[in-house]
Amino acid sequence: MSAVLEVPDMAPGTEEGIATALRNAAAPLVIEGNGSKRGMLRPVQAGRTLSTRNLTGITLYRPQEMVISARAGTTLPEIEAALAEHRQMLVPEPPDLRAMMGVPEAPPPTIGGLVAANLSGPRRITGFALRDAVLGIRFVNGEGEVLRSGGRVHKNVTGLDLCKLLAGSHGTLGVITEVTLKLGPVPERMATLVVPVSDEAAGVAALTAGLTSPYGITGAAMLPAGIVAGRVEGPVALLRLEDVAASVAYRMERLRAAMPEARVLEGMEAQRLWRAIRDVTVLQPGANEAVWRLSVRPSQAPALAAALRAVFQARMLLDWGGGLIWVAGEASEEAHAALMGATRQAGGSFTLFRAPEPLRAALPVIPEEGPALAALSRRVKAALDPAGRLNPGRMRAGS
Amino acid sequence: MIALPAPKADVLGRRQEILAGLRALVPGDGVISEPLRLKPYETDGLSAYRQPPLAVVLPTSTAQVAAVLRFCHENGVRVVPRGAGTSLSGGALPLADAVVIGLMRMNRILDVSFEDRLAVVEAGVTNLGITKAVEGEGFFYAPDPSSQLACMIGGNVMMNSGGAHCLKYGVTANNLLGVKFVTITGEVIEIGGGYLDAAGYDWLGIITGSEGQLGIVTEVTVRILRAAEGQRAMLAAFGSTEVAGAAVDAIMASGVIPVALEFMDRPCIHACEAFAHAGYPLDAEAMLIIEVEGSAEEQDALLAKIRDICARFDPISMRVATSAEESVAIWKGRKGAFGAVGRISPDYLCMDGTIPTGELPHVLRRIGEMSEAYELGVANVFHAGDGNLHPLIMFDANDPESFRKAEAFGADILRLCVEVGGCLTGEHGVGVEKRDLMGVQFNRAELAQQRRVKSAFDPDWLLNPAKVFPLEDNPLVAAE
Repeated sequence: MSAVLEVPDMAPGTEEGIATALRNAAAPLVIEGNGSKRGMLRPVQAGRTLSTRNLTGITLYRPQEMVISARAGTTLPEIEAALAEHRQMLVPEPPDLRAMMGVPEAPPPTIGGLVAANLSGPRRITGFALRDAVLGIRFVNGEGEVLRSGGRVHKNVTGLDLCKLLAGSHGTLGVITEVTLKLGPVPERMATLVVPVSDEAAGVAALTAGLTSPYGITGAAMLPAGIVAGRVEGPVALLRLEDVAASVAYRMERLRAAMPEARVLEGMEAQRLWRAIRDVTVLQPGANEAVWRLSVRPSQAPALAAALRAVFQARMLLDWGGGLIWVAGEASEEAHAALMGATRQAGGSFTLFRAPEPLRAALPVIPEEGPALAALSRRVKAALDPAGRLNPGRMRAGS
Repeated sequence: MIALPAPKADVLGRRQEILAGLRALVPGDGVISEPLRLKPYETDGLSAYRQPPLAVVLPTSTAQVAAVLRFCHENGVRVVPRGAGTSLSGGALPLADAVVIGLMRMNRILDVSFEDRLAVVEAGVTNLGITKAVEGEGFFYAPDPSSQLACMIGGNVMMNSGGAHCLKYGVTANNLLGVKFVTITGEVIEIGGGYLDAAGYDWLGIITGSEGQLGIVTEVTVRILRAAEGQRAMLAAFGSTEVAGAAVDAIMASGVIPVALEFMDRPCIHACEAFAHAGYPLDAEAMLIIEVEGSAEEQDALLAKIRDICARFDPISMRVATSAEESVAIWKGRKGAFGAVGRISPDYLCMDGTIPTGELPHVLRRIGEMSEAYELGVANVFHAGDGNLHPLIMFDANDPESFRKAEAFGADILRLCVEVGGCLTGEHGVGVEKRDLMGVQFNRAELAQQRRVKSAFDPDWLLNPAKVFPLEDNPLVAAE
């Protein structure tokens, strides 16, 4: 990114170090963890980086209470390993997008960075995004004040929920220094129904049939024609069940009775499949390609996919029952304009996840806000970062 | 008693002019000003506090809400939003110089899509009304506060309401897709829509649970879920609260997530049994109600598993419902718990702190000691799976000393919750009730940060100004 080489990064090992760096900052800063999502959204207009990568370690883990706290720089694999020892997991399945972002060798994503981007995987459809799993945070605002919001208990409505405001704000409102997350048990058994379908319309229909069944589907994705994950080749719809073993067996039988052409995938192969969907590795974008994430009403997905294909050579992955569409293809202003138009038409939202820097700098990477909301955005930003020190321009030009 | 901000003399002095202005915006009988008709609006579910407002406005559209807010903003008039008025924390308590904006006439269901698993409803639709509108197709709206028959979705959004079944399905915040939001200056903003996780700041997240501090929600898009094939409850009674607490931990650690896991202590069991005749074990010190869902076979398997876990803790008795009717009977006492306590005590305060579940035995012991010291009875009922306590403190409202003691007792319980790593409120909100305890949970810098966010939405502090934030350090809401 635009960091000037002569100025070393700041990567303090303590929260107080982060606070001091912000209090002393004479100019805006790039805020990041391990930088695995550096190529996402807009390039930040700042010369120096303040990283949380050295704020590491799990500070509290109470398996009985299903709660974990970790400093922001703790990596996703470290947390997953600690949880696996107690057969627990992060319900929202936050992804490791390094391969998709074209930086497979970069250090793994930090939990602070994932929360700051509010990234969730296939299990999001059960109702819990990563932001919903955040029980509490510690953060430093733009003025260098160390603050807390939330806590470590599962139900908490005390005061304004700054956890949610910080989650998904991409480091523009505060530097997250520690997060406390709600956990879930690893289900006894997981099985996936692989349903052959003709196209997106049939695929979304199969996913909808699963999601409107009483069987508690925890993953509903579709690989379109030409997309391959291991030995699973699109076009297929994928429905995942996770629960106690007897329930999975029973529900799988019921689903198969309704979809006799489907087959069942279990074990490591199924695990790898959902990992590939979570991490969006199936699209394999080329070095000069762009990747977008679109969020729409699931019923709009087939028409949106068709509209995109009509304009450019788009490769897609559908998740969240069709409500989430990952798109990879030509990185051009024309493709981006077509995508923005089609998403607006479908009444949805978009994020440009990956593109060559000049393109990301020149285009809106998320939808524009209307004047009333834009004014609120500026005032909320000023309420947390009045001097504009934190990641200026990362989400929108001039913000 | 809790201090309220000094009424604005100029607003009180211009009452007739303000009423005329409101009547021009909301024609017909939508503006209430006669003292007798204001009476029903002078309090909410926290009836110890009463204050008639300047006026009540009952708009029928988002455009009217926007016009009223713009008018109030231009005239420096304070606003108190209100749904059904069931808040247990005084969230809808009026102020003498404030206009109450009641959303009960905005009660239309605008859109239902089973395909997209969502419903778009106006803010005045009741919580249960949403489920009623979709249950014919086997769907439901998950959060289920005890007041669900009356409480409205707009109020649920503002308080981020929970309920007994949140253990599996989450609270209001986890079940929203979008809102139509009106700012204090009368601007109407669409937040989110029928899809998940819009890019940009999480406006939906900061608005949910904001207790009317940031603006008014007039329409809500909620997720609706296909209901499981069925559900069934069981009951397990134990000889001590410690043992019951250990059983809760063991159930949660087993990997089975019940749909609900409720705890009642001895005084609560007795009060509920006298009221509901649910067949509760009167010799128990603590009792759990555990509900699972799925097909009949799945219910059998899950209940057998939970039964086995409970059996390790030497239960006094266990009763597994064998039919839907038996389940209803088991729930009957729990659902009527507040009313049951109301029958054995003239009045009660319902607390709402949350604690780390491991602290349960310690906290219950301390609450028992406080009960003796204050010489006031307490019945404990709570959502055990998520540590959300509802101690019901019994007192006599006709005796000011009794009320004062009850408030002090409640405050001590909430301080204890924070001390052991919990919080002041799990689902009822801060409102006016816990406002002056905010300093127990947050330091000055943290409160100042929250106030700055509030000011970003409402720079003049016209929206529900006596709630959530202590009045100190803020000249805009200086106390009388």
